[in-house]
Amino acid sequence: MAERFTKGMARNIYLGGSAFFVLLFLALTFDTQLRAMPERDNRDQLTDQVVRGKHLWEENNCVGCHSIMGEGAYFAPELGNVFDRRGGGNSEVFRSYLNAWMNAMPTNVPGRRQMPNFNLTDDEIDDLAAFLEWTSKIDDNDWPPNIEG
Amino acid sequence: MKYESQKVAMPYFIFALILFAGQIVFGLVLGLQYVVGDFLFPEIPFNVARMVHTNLLIVWLLFGFMGATYYMVPEESQTELHSPLLAWILFWVFAAAGTLTILGYLFVDYARLAELTFNEYFPTMGREFLEQPTITKFGILVVVGGFLYNVMMTALRGRKTVVNIVLVTGLIGLAVLWLFAFYNPGNLATDKYFWWFVIHLWVEGVWELIMGAILAYVLIKLTGVDREVIEKWLYVIVAMALITGIIGTGHHFFWIGPPEYWLWLGSVFSALEPLPFFMMVVFAFTMINRRRRNHPNKAALLWAMGTTVMAFLGAGVWGFLHTLAPVNWFTHGSQITAAHGHMAFYGAYVMIVLTIISYAVPIMRGRPYGNSNTAQVVEMWGFWLMTISMVFITLFLTAAGVLQVWLQRIPESGEAMSFMAGQDQLTIFYWMRFVAGAFFMAGLVVYLGSFFIKGQASPAEEVRGPATADA
Repeated sequence: MAERFTKGMARNIYLGGSAFFVLLFLALTFDTQLRAMPERDNRDQLTDQVVRGKHLWEENNCVGCHSIMGEGAYFAPELGNVFDRRGGGNSEVFRSYLNAWMNAMPTNVPGRRQMPNFNLTDDEIDDLAAFLEWTSKIDDNDWPPNIEG
Repeated sequence: MKYESQKVAMPYFIFALILFAGQIVFGLVLGLQYVVGDFLFPEIPFNVARMVHTNLLIVWLLFGFMGATYYMVPEESQTELHSPLLAWILFWVFAAAGTLTILGYLFVDYARLAELTFNEYFPTMGREFLEQPTITKFGILVVVGGFLYNVMMTALRGRKTVVNIVLVTGLIGLAVLWLFAFYNPGNLATDKYFWWFVIHLWVEGVWELIMGAILAYVLIKLTGVDREVIEKWLYVIVAMALITGIIGTGHHFFWIGPPEYWLWLGSVFSALEPLPFFMMVVFAFTMINRRRRNHPNKAALLWAMGTTVMAFLGAGVWGFLHTLAPVNWFTHGSQITAAHGHMAFYGAYVMIVLTIISYAVPIMRGRPYGNSNTAQVVEMWGFWLMTISMVFITLFLTAAGVLQVWLQRIPESGEAMSFMAGQDQLTIFYWMRFVAGAFFMAGLVVYLGSFFIKGQASPAEEVRGPATADA
C-alpha cells in the first residue's frame, strides 16, 4: 500500500464505514419491522393457538431435522409450506393429516430415517397445525419454487 | 511469553480441543444417519446429534477465542492480565455449564429439558444454534460479560494497539449481539429476522474482527514485519468486513418475510462479502514474503496461510455461489447451504483458533521457537489431512446439493421429486461425504497426537535483515 495511505486513514474508513452501515441497517430494520412486515406476515391471524403451536415446535426441536422457510436442518422435508403440500390449503384436511402422521411415528422401517413420536395430545397437534398453517401464509417472496419445498 | 498471566489461555485451548473432538464424533454420527437412517435411533435421534455437533462447535470456538484473547491482550497491552483468578473461575463455570448442557441434550428428552429449565416462562429454546436452555444462555452472558470486564480492564490500563482495539471491538460486538438470543416473539417472521442478528452478525460480522486480529497478531510475531504495516492492513480488512457484512445480512431476508428491497440489498452487499476474505489471503502471503525473520514454528505459519485460503474458499467463494437472490431461490436450504457452512466454519474459525494454538501453546510449554521438528511434521500432517478432507466433504455436499436442486427444486409442482425421494438419489454422495469425514477424524487424531511428541524444541531462529524493535 502506498505510503500516502496512512494508518489514520485506514482507521477512519473502519470507524466511519462501520458507523454508517450500522445506522443504515438500523434504519432499514425500522422500515422492515414497522412498515413492511405488518403487511406481509399476516399478523392479524396470529392467534394464541398459533403461538402455542410455535412453542411446541420449539420445545420438541423440530428444526433439528426439518427446515421452515428454508432454515433449519436438511434431514427431513421443508415444513413452511407443508400446509399446502399435505393439506391442499384446507385446515380440516391438514389437521387430520397431521394428527394421523404424528401418531404413526416412528415407522420403524429398517434403514430408513426415523422421526420420533413426541407424544403430543390431539389439542397440541391442532396447535401445531395452526402454527404451520399460519406460517404458510407469510409473504416470503414466493419461496419455495414448487410445492415439494 | 512475556507475561505470566498469559498462561491462563492454556486450559481454554485444551478444553476447546477436547470439545472439537466431540464435535467431530457427532459429525460422523450425523453423516452415517444420512445414509443409515435408523442408526442409533431412538437413543440419539438426528436432531439431538445435530444439536450436539453445532453447539459443541460454537462453544469450543468461544473457548478458543477466549484463550486467544487471554494470550494476546496482556502481551499487546504490555501488562499482566487484570485478574487471572477471574479467568480461571470463568473457565470452570463455562466448562461446567457447557458440559452439563451437552449431557442434558444427550440424556434428557428435549421437551423434558425445556420443562426442567422453565422454558415456558422465558422461551428461548428450540431455535437453530440457540437450542441451549435459557439458564445456559444466561450463563454464557455472565461468562462473556466477566471475560470482557477482565479483558477491558487489562487493555485500558496498557498500551493500546490496533490488534487490541479490533479484538476488543469484536468481542464487545459478540457480547451485545448475544442479547438477541433472548428475544423470541410469537411471530415466527420477527423471530427469524432478529435471530439473524446473532447468527449472521456473529459469523459474517464481529467474528471476522476477532479472526482478523488473531491473524494480524500471529503475522507480527512470525514474520517480524513492521507493526505499522500490519495494522494498516488489519483496519482495511475489518472495515471491508463490516461495510459488506452488515447490509449483507439481507441475503438471509430473501425468503422469510421481509420486503423485496432486501433481494437487491442482500445480493449486492453479500456479493462483496468475499472481499475481506480475499484481502486476508493477500495480506498473509504479502507479509510472509516480506518477512524479516524465519520463525522456526513452520506449523503455525502453515495454519496462518491455510486459514486465509480456506476462509476465502469456504466463506467467500462457496458463499458467493448461492448468495444472489435468483440463484438462492433454488438453492436456499439445500445441501449447498450445508456445503458452504462446513467449509466456511472450518476455514475461517476452526483454522484461526488452531493457528493461535499452534503459535502460543509451544511457547506456554517452554518452547519459544516452536515444537520439535518431528512434532511439527506430525502437526502439518494433521493440517493437510483435515483440510483436504474438508475440501472433499464440501465437494461431495455440493454435488449432492446440485442434484437435489435439479430433482426437487427446478421442475414444476407435480413434476418435481419429493424431498425424501430426492434424498434417496443422493445416497452415493452422502456415503462419500461420510468417508471424507472419517479421514477428517483421522487427521484430527494425528493433529492431537502431535501434542504428545517429545524431542528437542526448535532452536533459535535465523533473522533475515535487521530485526525490528517490536516483534
